[in-house]
Amino acid sequence: MKPIDRTEVQNAIDSFAGQDVYLHLETTNGAYATHVDEAFFSAGAYIRNALIQYEHGKIVGDGPYRIGLKLNIGWVYAEGVNHFEMDEQGRLLLAGLDFSGKLAVSMQLSPTPFE
Amino acid sequence: MEKERHVLVIFPHPDDEAFSVSGTLALHREAGTPVTYLCLTLGEMGRNLGNPPFATRESLPKIRQKELIDAANAIGIQDLRMLGLRDKTIEFEDDEKLTSLFTDAIIELNPSLIITFYPGYSVHPDHEATARAVVRAVERMEEKERPKLHCVAFSNNCIDELGHPDIIHDISAVEEKKVAAFTAHRSQTQAMVIEWKKKFENQDADFLDWIRKERLWTYKF
Repeated sequence: MKPIDRTEVQNAIDSFAGQDVYLHLETTNGAYATHVDEAFFSAGAYIRNALIQYEHGKIVGDGPYRIGLKLNIGWVYAEGVNHFEMDEQGRLLLAGLDFSGKLAVSMQLSPTPFE
Repeated sequence: MEKERHVLVIFPHPDDEAFSVSGTLALHREAGTPVTYLCLTLGEMGRNLGNPPFATRESLPKIRQKELIDAANAIGIQDLRMLGLRDKTIEFEDDEKLTSLFTDAIIELNPSLIITFYPGYSVHPDHEATARAVVRAVERMEEKERPKLHCVAFSNNCIDELGHPDIIHDISAVEEKKVAAFTAHRSQTQAMVIEWKKKFENQDADFLDWIRKERLWTYKF
């Protein structure tokens, strides 16, 4: 993965619009957050291989970025995104890595199901 | 340390074994005891991807699989089995399916000792769910047929509630293998390995005690 290039990411988002794509969406602060600091409220969410279709999508902001996808009857969005990769399987991998390199948010789109 | 017939180790994540009992396992292997390690997941949900990143969400499992094999080799484990479940989903799996996975392994291997986490005192939901299922599998056996069950605990309340560990293995003789196993899990331990080196150089007494003495609790049914 490399730091976000807005144009490249916008082009990739556009290329998936209007067709079936598999979505991976994840936020996390790690399973040990409350063990390390009992005052910390740990929360996260995870969805893998949701089959969606979006009308259009946008990357917005000056970095870290926000990315939103408008579905026929709903929305998908992520914030804190700062890295991306178009991998060899044609998947768009987006991630928000914190200052120490730990994943905080992940949003990925693929024409085929994720493993 | 007692000589065992066969040691069965059950943990959910690559690296769980390295932190907790890699020295103990290396000692068993040096004594000629077969060790089977059931590792449930590939740590797919690991958060450390680096900045700049060395991995993606999708490439991390492949990296961690390689690290797990390297760590098992460093310890000398001759039977490593990766069960293909997914990180952070163990507690949502069918409980009966998990239990029978472990029952089947016990029947096949006839271990005299099982090592896993201590349910209620092992912090991560995957640790807890794995430990509960192992306990269920052993509990269902006739009391006299049961292998010993040694558990790893590290929750903040574990000593208050369980008392001090009743098993302490001095693993100084295989310290190098432990460090090698720990180092093999590069994606998880890179930063810690640097800290460890400093502590070795300074002969940090608390650290040396922690690394050379592996502490376990016998499970109380």
